Amino acid sequence: MTATVIELDQDGPAAILRISGDITSASEADLGAAYGLAVANGAKAVILDFSKLEYMNSGGIGLLVTLLVRAQRGGGRLVATGLSDHYRQIFELTRLDEAIEIIDDEGAAVVAATA
Amino acid sequence: MVETRKAGPVTADAPNKRSDANWAKPVDRLSAAGVAGARDDAVTGKRVSGPLQGFGQLWQKSFTVRLDGVDTTPEAVIATWKAHFPEFWPKGQRFYAPLSGIAPGEVALLEIEPVPGAPVRLSTGVLVLYADEESFTFMTPEGHTLSAWITFSARRDGGVVVAEAQALERPSDPFDDIAYKLGGNRQNNKFWEATLRNLAIMVGVPTPVVDIHVTCIDGNRQWRYWSNVRNSATLRSARRTMTSPIRWITRRG
Repeated sequence: MTATVIELDQDGPAAILRISGDITSASEADLGAAYGLAVANGAKAVILDFSKLEYMNSGGIGLLVTLLVRAQRGGGRLVATGLSDHYRQIFELTRLDEAIEIIDDEGAAVVAATA
Repeated sequence: MVETRKAGPVTADAPNKRSDANWAKPVDRLSAAGVAGARDDAVTGKRVSGPLQGFGQLWQKSFTVRLDGVDTTPEAVIATWKAHFPEFWPKGQRFYAPLSGIAPGEVALLEIEPVPGAPVRLSTGVLVLYADEESFTFMTPEGHTLSAWITFSARRDGGVVVAEAQALERPSDPFDDIAYKLGGNRQNNKFWEATLRNLAIMVGVPTPVVDIHVTCIDGNRQWRYWSNVRNSATLRSARRTMTSPIRWITRRG
């Protein structure tokens, strides 16, 4: 397993969580903490950048559901960018794409997230 | 502002654990063509329906059992679980595995007795969404009483292997939600507790203890999914039960 690394890029109401390595159920604490920090710093929309994701298992997908619920409860939005074709298909298969918008271009994702 | 956080140790990659082939291929509608033995197929033609597409509150449930005193590995426990999956289910509940076994993309059919002695047996199924050497995950189809993912896994905790079933679930429609509140939730917990206990006994734990943790992740109901009732396995199975004498007569005629 490759360690999860999450970098937070924030500019006002939009925050980007740049995810690299693996996302599994073991990533819960760090993903949650990074999200919490973004929201504490005023983010209304959080963009999950998966461009450096190496692997995600079903535990990782489950984390995205709980993160999504947390965002919705706080009136925020989640947007996904940088998904490979494989993980875009996983989002479609699990119907996660019905709740988390997927936008390939990061700039466009920031615009959409803060619209 | 950029901050970097790291989590977890870096361990050697195990190829089987990190393969795209561990995931089911994209599918629009499910097919249970590879399943034999079930009396009814309520899954073919249905879409998957996960915890984001259910009506009721969202619950996260974790059932864990420590395999104390057993010399085994997480991989061996999962191999046993996959190979003997139906045998761990409580009496009265049936799991019809696909002929090729529990593997990504396969569909299994279920016959569930909602309460012991109930005259109606629910026919539904699951898609094997994900499977690797240490875990496998099912996703429910439209019509199942729950819109859910459930992951079966094994891991090392110190010197002991721990087996776990973890579910993210919502009752699928308003009727399922009522049934869930009126005892379905409790029945569901007993089901998985018994399953974990049976697994532990098979691998050699004489008196296993199952720990249960249940958390409401989202207390809101998703009213836009009230129409899930049109696919309800409960109503379908009730209709089939009521019309079975007519179908029997028709077949004989």
